[in-house]
Amino acid sequence: MIIRKIQLPLTQEQARTLRAGETVCLTGAIYTDRDAAHKRLIELLDQGKDLPIDIKDQVIYYVGPAPASPGHAVGSAGPTTSYRMDAYAPRLIELGLSGMIGKGKRDQSVIDAMKKYGAVYFGAVGGAAALISRSIIKSEVVCYEDLGSEAIHRFEIRDFPVVVLIDSEGNNLYETGPAACRALLQSEKGE
Amino acid sequence: MRQIHVSEIKEAIVDLILSASYDIPPEIEKAVVQGIDAEISDAGRSVLQQIAESYQIARAERIAICQDTGMAVFFIEIGQDVHITGGDFETAVNDAVRQAYREGYLRKSVVAEPMFHRVNTGDNTPAVIHLRIVPGEQIRILVTPKGFGSENMSRIKMFPPAAGVEGLKRFVVDTVREAGPNPCPPVIVGVGVGGTFEQAAEVAKRMTARPVGSHNADPRYAALEDELLFEINRTGIGPAGIGGAITALAVNVDFRPTHIAGMPVAVNMCCHCARHAETTI
Ligand code: SF4
Repeated sequence: MIIRKIQLPLTQEQARTLRAGETVCLTGAIYTDRDAAHKRLIELLDQGKDLPIDIKDQVIYYVGPAPASPGHAVGSAGPTTSYRMDAYAPRLIELGLSGMIGKGKRDQSVIDAMKKYGAVYFGAVGGAAALISRSIIKSEVVCYEDLGSEAIHRFEIRDFPVVVLIDSEGNNLYETGPAACRALLQSEKGE
Repeated sequence: MRQIHVSEIKEAIVDLILSASYDIPPEIEKAVVQGIDAEISDAGRSVLQQIAESYQIARAERIAICQDTGMAVFFIEIGQDVHITGGDFETAVNDAVRQAYREGYLRKSVVAEPMFHRVNTGDNTPAVIHLRIVPGEQIRILVTPKGFGSENMSRIKMFPPAAGVEGLKRFVVDTVREAGPNPCPPVIVGVGVGGTFEQAAEVAKRMTARPVGSHNADPRYAALEDELLFEINRTGIGPAGIGGAITALAVNVDFRPTHIAGMPVAVNMCCHCARHAETTI
């Protein structure tokens, strides 16, 4: 398997070169952000205020990590289901967000924004959270500390393994991958 | 009459929660490892390998298998000849949850009120407790911490009796298909048939913690479990939903007597991290 290594930040031009199905290893800094913090960010935008983080060329990881135990930079930290952030994501992509890491299907409005501005949706393996935490070498809270695990963290990651699920042309591994396997399985075992 | 002090119950539950959160049940790990060989897709195989490796790391380093350490769901059977002393039972369970989630570095994922003001309770309480009084003088406790990626993909439907086996099968397979990648496949599907609205759901939840590889004692339901597993694994969803043959590790079905006018069917989706641990005091 060919694994492409990417150094973050990721520009929207770079995001456009990634293709659904590619395995990628990410190194650099990412932000964590899930339901409650997304809601606050969008409320700020609605009020015409600046965001507490500059998200241009940034990658957001949808995760609420477990607390770090002694000797660990972070607790287990696998992806959460992304559709809950669908209502918010297009606004952030418009502001320059170039990548999202999560798991699960996305709404067409998110895919349309990804196509329009050049952004990519990466998948990490849900439930492989202990393994994933090994690629996170540093974690610090950036804002919304009161939200606990849902606060926005800045993670430093090294060779964080992801797959491109949906690319900036709208190619969707969640459609093509299962369809190919379904055809195979139903011809093989269809009897 | 046997006396059991609440502190003994509390200690047992703390251990149980930690063990459930760090140690994947062996039969699930075995099914994932066997799935690596059986998987037809390279991407699917890679996902299963990552999952298997992650289980090992969690066990060795005593860290959570998944960051979503869930709501603490309990199935508890109390022998009717037990006298609980030193405090009240539900407080002891919640104290244990508080202690285990704090000391075990588990994520606190509970909000006190679901709609208007979703403030985290900060200690993962309250627990969800299903209680039965049974003969004897023991207490049997099963904990099954439940993550919501898969919980959110669960469904219940009140079928008319005429829907029959075909109606159930279509509903279960459609539920898994529509959930797709969201519940972190490979999944374990708990199905409850019959009873009332809430009883079907409770049975379905209980079935997510029945060991992978076991079957219903009723041969008709055992055969149904196999047929459902076969159908689900033909959908092509695969590990992590990116295509493959291993979409589910098990479909566990159980039934309850029901009303002449109905056939409730509840499908409780659970991810491969179907954590559970059991003890008897
Ligand atoms: S669905 Fe299960 S494996 Fe996936 S994130 Fe939630 S608890 Fe973890």
